[in-house]
Amino acid sequence: MSATAVHSLWTTDGLSASDGLWAHGGLWAAAAEPVAKIDSPQIEYSLIAPTLIVIGAAVLGILVEAFVPRRSRYYVQLFLSVVALVSAFAAVVALAADGRGTTESGIAAMGALAVDGPALFLQGTILLAGLVSVFTFAERRLDPEAHGNRVDSFAAQAASVPGSESEQAAVKAGFTTTEVFPLALFAIGGMLVFPAANDLLTLFIALEVFSLPLYLLCALARRKRLMSQEAAVKYFLLGAFSSAFLLFGIALLYGYAGTVSYAGIADVVDGTVQNVTPALAGTMGNDALLLVGAALILMGLLFKVGAVPFHMWTPDVYQGAPTPVTGFMAAATKVAAFGALLRLLYVVLPGLRWDWRPVMWGVAIVTMLLGAIVAITQTDIKRLLAYSSIAHAGFILAGVIATTPDGISSVLFYLLAYSFVTIGAFAVVTLVRDAGGEATHLSKWAGLGRRSPLVAAVFAVFLLAFAGIPLTSGFAGKFAVFKAAAEGGAGALVVVGVISSAIAAFFYIRVIVLMFFSEPKPEGPTVAVPSPLTMTAIGVGVAVTLVLGLAPQYFLDLANQAGVFVR
Amino acid sequence: MSFPLLTATAVVPAVGAIATAAVPAAKRTAAKWLALFFSLATLALAAVVAVRFNTGSGADRYQLTESHSWIADFGVRYELGVDGIGVALIGLTALLIPFIIVAGWHDADPQETGNTRWRPTQGFFALILMVEAMVILSFEATDVFLFYILFEAMLIPMYFLIGGFGDRAHSGSDQNAAAQRSYAAVKFLLYNLVGGLIMLAAVIGLYVVAGTFSLTEIAEMRASGELNMATNTERLLFLGFFFAFAVKAPLWPLHTWLPNAMGEATAPVAVLITAVVDKVGTFAMLRFCLGLFPGASEWATPVILVLALVSIVYGALLAVGQRDIKRLVAYASISHFGFIIMGIFAMTTQGQSGATLYMVNHGISTAALMLVAGFLISRRGSRLIADYGGVQKAAPILAGTFLIGSLATLSLPGLAPFVSEFLVLVGTFARYPVIGIIATFGIVLGALYSLVLYQRTMTGPVKVETAKMPDLKLRELLVVGPLIVLLVFLGVYPKPLTDVVDPAVGHTLSDVYGDENPDPEPEVAAK
Repeated sequence: MSATAVHSLWTTDGLSASDGLWAHGGLWAAAAEPVAKIDSPQIEYSLIAPTLIVIGAAVLGILVEAFVPRRSRYYVQLFLSVVALVSAFAAVVALAADGRGTTESGIAAMGALAVDGPALFLQGTILLAGLVSVFTFAERRLDPEAHGNRVDSFAAQAASVPGSESEQAAVKAGFTTTEVFPLALFAIGGMLVFPAANDLLTLFIALEVFSLPLYLLCALARRKRLMSQEAAVKYFLLGAFSSAFLLFGIALLYGYAGTVSYAGIADVVDGTVQNVTPALAGTMGNDALLLVGAALILMGLLFKVGAVPFHMWTPDVYQGAPTPVTGFMAAATKVAAFGALLRLLYVVLPGLRWDWRPVMWGVAIVTMLLGAIVAITQTDIKRLLAYSSIAHAGFILAGVIATTPDGISSVLFYLLAYSFVTIGAFAVVTLVRDAGGEATHLSKWAGLGRRSPLVAAVFAVFLLAFAGIPLTSGFAGKFAVFKAAAEGGAGALVVVGVISSAIAAFFYIRVIVLMFFSEPKPEGPTVAVPSPLTMTAIGVGVAVTLVLGLAPQYFLDLANQAGVFVR
Repeated sequence: MSFPLLTATAVVPAVGAIATAAVPAAKRTAAKWLALFFSLATLALAAVVAVRFNTGSGADRYQLTESHSWIADFGVRYELGVDGIGVALIGLTALLIPFIIVAGWHDADPQETGNTRWRPTQGFFALILMVEAMVILSFEATDVFLFYILFEAMLIPMYFLIGGFGDRAHSGSDQNAAAQRSYAAVKFLLYNLVGGLIMLAAVIGLYVVAGTFSLTEIAEMRASGELNMATNTERLLFLGFFFAFAVKAPLWPLHTWLPNAMGEATAPVAVLITAVVDKVGTFAMLRFCLGLFPGASEWATPVILVLALVSIVYGALLAVGQRDIKRLVAYASISHFGFIIMGIFAMTTQGQSGATLYMVNHGISTAALMLVAGFLISRRGSRLIADYGGVQKAAPILAGTFLIGSLATLSLPGLAPFVSEFLVLVGTFARYPVIGIIATFGIVLGALYSLVLYQRTMTGPVKVETAKMPDLKLRELLVVGPLIVLLVFLGVYPKPLTDVVDPAVGHTLSDVYGDENPDPEPEVAAK
């Protein structure tokens, strides 16, 4: 049955894919039509321009790797990535200015993608976060020069075995892995599609498109290569599992509703479906298919946002991956995955609200508490930030559960605020170094405030924002999310959120204590002076943190306008 | 548009903080003078506020108001306004900061030389001014959210002041000073942060119930019957707010951070904590607990009065048992905060007037005692009472000022705290005689710890280490002298202060009881 159904996907003529499946005279009629009748799909290129620009640049980037001489690749790739991301962002702004996020929002590319407020807002956020991350990827002044060549945080040659002669040769030759730029662009391209995906297959494809480059990027650390590769393998294996769950869930939901389109499934779930065929009538009463399918898809998405109990990969991967990649992953992946989660829950499964809300309550509570409590025991700054990101996922889930328009806009705002704090914080982590590379063990950060007051102060600002202290973006975001949750009837969740914020505050403060009130150790790390690239990343992080903390109104308005999903 | 006077009182110290922080490392002395200049400018502005404030009978409750849209999405406005209580506390804050700065003139001079990036002196004075800006603005905020933000944000500069600039004197403990200091700073921050976060839940709850954060709007809605909180909701929200304020104030059993913080901080910072920042807690009880949740405040009164009573007696008893001078003053403060809270929740005119006066007078008297104690400790390098003896022979002026500070702390008639303590006790007795009577024992204990402290440090045989102790220098006299003059002046003639405070207290009481006169007896002629 599935083979014919997939076939019928391609035989829609002008109708959206969702209608095509069942409205087209049923399975057998579609199968009987000659192949020549397939019409070319209608693609509104201008509406999906941001994605196309980024993916196009990524493809160009691969060609650059093949044809441009090695010594100029870095500059060409950096230029290409920045231009692509900036113009894609400009395209998002143009679409938003056209009202595509509000009054003119709609479906594009044969129903595969939604162009609406949340999609555009999140795409804008991802593009900006990606742009800032690319700056940190391109940083070449932190690591000491290897044989007279400036190097970045990435392995000289990914394919060479760590410690082998070929690796030494690659280092000596001054190779750098400039492939990271096209990889990042592919990941960003997938992330742009993920929150905009309007059917389950697009969702899955987007997931794979952004996950696979990330697995690779994780394995590319220049220092501690084995740890980095181990992290990548863990991430890949667990990610593959979660993808499998997601795919299985898609199959079950398709079996239930007979369509992969969000709107189509929503109609079946709500019971408002027109045109019930005998086959649909047979499956749509089967709640087991619906519930198990929805649960499996949710599991796949919760894995990506790092919610408990699907969080196990987070600390290892965050610790092992090259720090610029960690920052990118922590920020952009979370934005994309929460976007997809929101759309799934608000567009596809609102009719199932009474079933998923209790489950998500539980997930949110456990995520907030476990993230905050386990973080206390961490001694590595990257693992600490990993657990903190888990706790933050819990806070965002509290907004997701609100199931009100305020819930959507508060989550959008939180994601915007959180992503820049995260990138900035990880960028600061890249600066604190000793002979072995980045000094991520917390004990080495003792007394940093004496030695480099500015860097320590900047990091303190980020930590205070994570802790949600007023006048930082973290507070505004937390307040928005908790307010939405309280208004949505989740008052108890707010109380748990407040308690875990208090627990979380403890370990953020502990780091501040270490930096400012402990005596510096004589053999402690030094703070490298970065190039303007990383400085920009950190500067943008600080600026966004303070602006969103002091005068968030403009961005809240933006998130409010963007807070309606199209169906 | 008229000149935004209230904003200016906060902007001036904030600008001062930034300017001070920006002074280059080598120009330490310039940074100090700059900080002093800005604190004096703030004092001048506070004086203008006091003069412009209309105490006439028909005057508005909140005056010099400003109102601007800020975060419309959260229903938050930048709304300022002062009532008499606010004016008194703004005056206290603006008055004490210059003394704190002068008293701490050398507290943050760098020990290590050669590190040109580390600028502790600039940081110290900038943080003090930052705290001043936030505290003053929190006394002016008539928007709950704005107040909350300041209430939380002021923790951060305070935290760095405690943890970054500790007292180097010997404390009798074996632990190393840096570890103790950072323990005290973290304890301070965590206690207050937890209190604040619980308040955050209540703030959000208030928004869900009322839909606005403006005090005046909420009062109007309540008057017109538009806002009708369920009894349980009101009580829960009240508890959320009160918990935060009780941590800050501090009320037993949430007080344990204060002795650590005051013990480890330098004397001027200890004054900043107890005389200035903690007043935000008691002030907020008056303005927000009583103003927003009158029914629940009345409901909680018996429990709170008992807790206040425990604070009074327990604080005083522990003060008697202290070996460390600064911790003794800290426990004495806990006892005094018990009186203030008791006065607030006695819900009588005298009680609340007394409590407000007490906030001001306690600020001045603690500043006098603590700053002199700081001068004493810096001479000997020890905080232990046992290390002193016979100081009055070597340094008579120091001993004399210390005596006046001690006498003010025990509320000797003729000095300012007496008036307020008497009013609080009379106000409490009128409604809750038993509690009033027990609280009186606090005074006896107060006499005990104050006089024993004086006796053990200043009188008796001269110890070798204290024999050559130098007397107060001019800078130190300039700090202590005016404070003592004020103590005497307000002790003899408190009328200027009561004139400002009384109408505001009337408003607060009418929040709780409506317009009928709540006092069980006609006013006692205590003023």
